[in-house]
Amino acid sequence: MKVTEKDVAYVADLANLELSAPERAGMVRDLNSILDYIERLNELDTSNVEPMAQVSDRYGVDESKQGSERFAYASREDVVEGLRKSLSQDVALANAPDADGTFFRVPKVIER
Amino acid sequence: MQLAQLTIDAARSAVQERKTTALALAEAHYARIQNEDEQIGAYLTLCKERALEQADRIDRMAAEGKPLPPLGGVPVGIKDVMSTRGVRTTAGSKILGHYIPPYDCTAVARMEAAGAMVLGKTNCDEFAMGSSNENSAFRPVHNPRDLSRVPGGSSGGSAAAVAADMAVVALGSDTGGSIRQPASFCGVVGLMPTYGRVSRYGLIAFASSLDHIGPLAKTVKDAAIVLRSIAGRDPMDATSADLPVPDYVAEIEKPVRGLRLGVAKEYFGEGLDGEVRHAVESAIDKLRSLGCEIVPVSLPHTPYAIPAYYLIATAEASSNLARYDGVRYGYRAAGVKTLSEMYRRSRDEGFGAEVKRRIMLGTYALSAGYYDAYYLKAQKVRTLLTRDFEGAFRKVDAIVTPTSPTAAFRLGEKSNDPLAMYLADIYTVTADLAGIPGISIPCGETKQKLPIGLQILGKHFDEATILRVANAYEQAA
Repeated sequence: MKVTEKDVAYVADLANLELSAPERAGMVRDLNSILDYIERLNELDTSNVEPMAQVSDRYGVDESKQGSERFAYASREDVVEGLRKSLSQDVALANAPDADGTFFRVPKVIER
Repeated sequence: MQLAQLTIDAARSAVQERKTTALALAEAHYARIQNEDEQIGAYLTLCKERALEQADRIDRMAAEGKPLPPLGGVPVGIKDVMSTRGVRTTAGSKILGHYIPPYDCTAVARMEAAGAMVLGKTNCDEFAMGSSNENSAFRPVHNPRDLSRVPGGSSGGSAAAVAADMAVVALGSDTGGSIRQPASFCGVVGLMPTYGRVSRYGLIAFASSLDHIGPLAKTVKDAAIVLRSIAGRDPMDATSADLPVPDYVAEIEKPVRGLRLGVAKEYFGEGLDGEVRHAVESAIDKLRSLGCEIVPVSLPHTPYAIPAYYLIATAEASSNLARYDGVRYGYRAAGVKTLSEMYRRSRDEGFGAEVKRRIMLGTYALSAGYYDAYYLKAQKVRTLLTRDFEGAFRKVDAIVTPTSPTAAFRLGEKSNDPLAMYLADIYTVTADLAGIPGISIPCGETKQKLPIGLQILGKHFDEATILRVANAYEQAA
């Protein structure tokens, strides 16, 4: 078993999840089953292979250009409301679970 | 005229020639939804006011004799992961159950600019995570061809809406197969364009290096018309490519004689259902008889695609879904005392089981001590998978495969076994990882009358060729 209950508790903490006791037990089972399957990646020798985070630096760009030059078309003026108008305050707050008309309201951050 | 069974051109010209109205088309589709959707569950939210405003605009254009735009008067469904201004957008999740976006997704705005009437938002797996639509927080979708079976996922609502004549076309999103696999299960056409071809601005993010928007349609030509309407550079999405958009509708009419089509044995191995294999092999024979040359190709890293995909997609998801914290929008747990408790309980109560599983797997793969072994390893394997395709496409113009190893499975059949569910995407995740386009088209049925899908994969930004092959097959079949 790769993943223990302790690991699950640690990762849940990183992910801002609490998880109930049955959820944690299920997570130990599922993550181990999935990671066992994922283990097959180790059959491949990748020591001389470059990692690939995304595809858009290779395809659909001008390959005669290097680095960020390839994406010159995506640059824009650094101006306020350059691409679209900012949301007004009331629109920005409209979906908030709790707001006072000016700010988002949240429970106390610091206990004293 | 059966108003709810028209193609895009038939609907548009009927409105243009005043044989019907956009209003009548919208009403006919809403009547279908009223009668059929209780048992199918394709729609989560209807936006009739918005659709009828557009109908009015189109009908006035037609009355004035003005030429209608390409989607003029066409009723469409939009997967509920695409933001619609003023219309609830849930991503199939309780955490966004009451979310009303303040802006439109570019793809939706372009559909409407091209004359489409948005009927409503279609059901999907929560945050597009799933292969059966059973992960919707609201209700599962039933396959219109057999209500005991799943429609596929995650764009199951979009596929079912088109299959059951509750929309002429629909938009879906594809991260690991979520357009093509449900298209295959429901017997419709599903097109995933090249990464970067269609703007994702306003798409609720799942895995940013893998997410694509594309059409589900009744015909290949309809998919081509929609792609032509939504494709192209959008300054709001830095990943949208700065390339000209071909006239796909003209491209599909070009002859396929002499095209070289690759067949890779890795897509016909263990796990492929016998009836699916037979149907796909017959489709390949048909393409040969149309003058295509069938060429064996090798994609040796295919067996490693699912493990690489589930590390990369979940790692990106764990990061993207960190934004759901109950502060600015979305669900907030009641009765919490501290900020930290609010975050945790809101996410615990707001996310479903599969989403939490993927957040956990992704966080684990990115965590200290495991990053190199999992995430970095998967990124290197992604390079190998992409090189496989580069090699194959030096020899062939497109590659033909099954879309899914089986036809639609039963509701509940795989829902307790995450790994078995992940394997439903075994033939589709490769294209997402490599960023190449793929289309699924119907190619027959099983003995139980369940649709089977043929997948055609193409070179980067060469949707034209796969649409052309798909159209030739559809016309000949």
